[in-house]
Amino acid sequence: MTDPFADVPHEPGAPKPDPIVIADHVHRHFGGLTAVDVEHFEVQRNQITALIGPNGAGKSTFFNLLTGFDKPQTGEWQFNGHSLVGTSPAKIARAGKVRTFQLTKALNRMTVIENMRLGAADQRGEKFFQALVPGLWKQREKDITEKADVLLKRFKLYEKKDDYAGSLSGGQRKLLEMARALMSDPEMIMLDEPMAGVNPALTESLLEHVVELRDEGKTVLFVEHDMHMVRRIADWVVVMAEGKIIAEGPANTVMANKAVQDAYLGAHHDTDLSEDAS
Amino acid sequence: MLDILLDAVTALFAPATAAFALAAIGLNFHFGLTGLLNMGHAGFMLLGMYGYAISTQNGLPIYVALVIGVLAAAAFGLLLGWPTLKLRGDYLAIATISAAELIRYLGRSNSLQALTGGSTGIRGSDFKFTFEELSPLPDENITILFWTNHGTKSSSWWLHIVAWVIVLLFALLFWQLARSPWGRVLKGIREDEDAVRSLGKNVYAYKMQALVLGGVIGALGGILWALGNSVQPDSMGRPTTFWLWTLLLLGGAATVFGPILGSMIFWSALVIVKGLSSAFIPTSVLSPVELEPFSLVLVGVTLMCLVVFRPQGILGNKRELAFND
Repeated sequence: MTDPFADVPHEPGAPKPDPIVIADHVHRHFGGLTAVDVEHFEVQRNQITALIGPNGAGKSTFFNLLTGFDKPQTGEWQFNGHSLVGTSPAKIARAGKVRTFQLTKALNRMTVIENMRLGAADQRGEKFFQALVPGLWKQREKDITEKADVLLKRFKLYEKKDDYAGSLSGGQRKLLEMARALMSDPEMIMLDEPMAGVNPALTESLLEHVVELRDEGKTVLFVEHDMHMVRRIADWVVVMAEGKIIAEGPANTVMANKAVQDAYLGAHHDTDLSEDAS
Repeated sequence: MLDILLDAVTALFAPATAAFALAAIGLNFHFGLTGLLNMGHAGFMLLGMYGYAISTQNGLPIYVALVIGVLAAAAFGLLLGWPTLKLRGDYLAIATISAAELIRYLGRSNSLQALTGGSTGIRGSDFKFTFEELSPLPDENITILFWTNHGTKSSSWWLHIVAWVIVLLFALLFWQLARSPWGRVLKGIREDEDAVRSLGKNVYAYKMQALVLGGVIGALGGILWALGNSVQPDSMGRPTTFWLWTLLLLGGAATVFGPILGSMIFWSALVIVKGLSSAFIPTSVLSPVELEPFSLVLVGVTLMCLVVFRPQGILGNKRELAFND
């Protein structure tokens, strides 16, 4: 496989050969505080892109903007060539771009299998009048359940099928949320801090699952603090600081970038500030 | 003693018990399935009652009157949901409690006297006749075991039968909808609406459907209640809403038979408490006028104990409610 990033310059806002997401001039401020100010941003199809940056860099806000959960003051962005400006989160999800949350949103008082079924698309029984006639949705329900079983086996949650999601561990809930997002066969999956609060014993399998997603042809964009994960699986890394994209490139080169080190450690991190130094 | 017991059994199956059970089924769609905090359910009931009674007074046939009562409640639900369902849950609670009071004050205002009868309301004889004409039962008192009721008039055997058949039909509707994919989306919204949004469901539309459906069922409950009593705005004030919440939580929210069992226990317990306290507490300590408020205080205490010691209600699933983060 040739590297799709071979000809991509290592600079902020670099154009990609086959972008699935393109964002332009996205600006979001809360009062006087600028949270996101992104000039140009592209995500390469069928690759794993990591979005990193120090606390308060605007990663999560940018994530919310891209998925419709927040609205920017200005800017335009598109997915698969269709503009998503002003589109509701539900429509964005139906268009094939599904997200997970930093604070896991497993539906605790529903069973694992019901969580999974809820993720499926095209269930006519979700319409009020058709819900009254089981004959209209029973077959689809069976198909959905079979699909859910396959995914649950893959994510090693099958034994927990009939347990309430609230009884799962933090890491298992992350896995459930990811599996649930896959129920609708999205083209792109966006993971908001998939490693946060996950037991180290589960991190390895979580990483494998993310890589598997790419190998199946899906596009992955994730926000993460855990640099180990970024180094291990990200094909391309985008660094944000103070709302702007300050660097892009493969994991190893981006970490050596001066601007990135300054953003994480402060521009004067190697200056001696003690009094007797002056 | 035997009298009190007999009265309690009467209350178990009274049309008023059925009416509250039906209204509570509506509230169960709101709170039990969707997690909506509707604090003005009595307003839906009152609107249904007015819609039905006023239409009948003006000579409309019973089915048209029913449709008008239902449409009034549906419009009320749409109007309340439109601005509030996009906001956090508390706003719906605030809006519903005040809107329900608004309906009651409008109903009892002098300016609407000609239509609603003001604070005295609409007498039963002015709107019950279309329903009583449908009765296949004889026009006389009928005694079954210990119980004597009129065949067709007011709290009649006819009303008993119709009320409980309707309650069972709506319990069936709840059962069918709660286990359907539609009900699953509502439960998801109850748990976390952003998660459901991220899975591509139009949360606003679902909340609106639940609000309107539950409100319409509440209106039908109100109509049943009015058929056994009269249309009286002050009988549908805030206490009615709180009783509905009490009996829903008592029976078990999100369960099929919770509202029915809750209503039966609530009304017969009220009769027993009233009966026992009038039998054992001397009138010098508690005058007959104070009996009613006293029993309601006891009901309030019961509700508090319930929420503390058995939050899932009698029929609720403990496991399902154990996760509250």
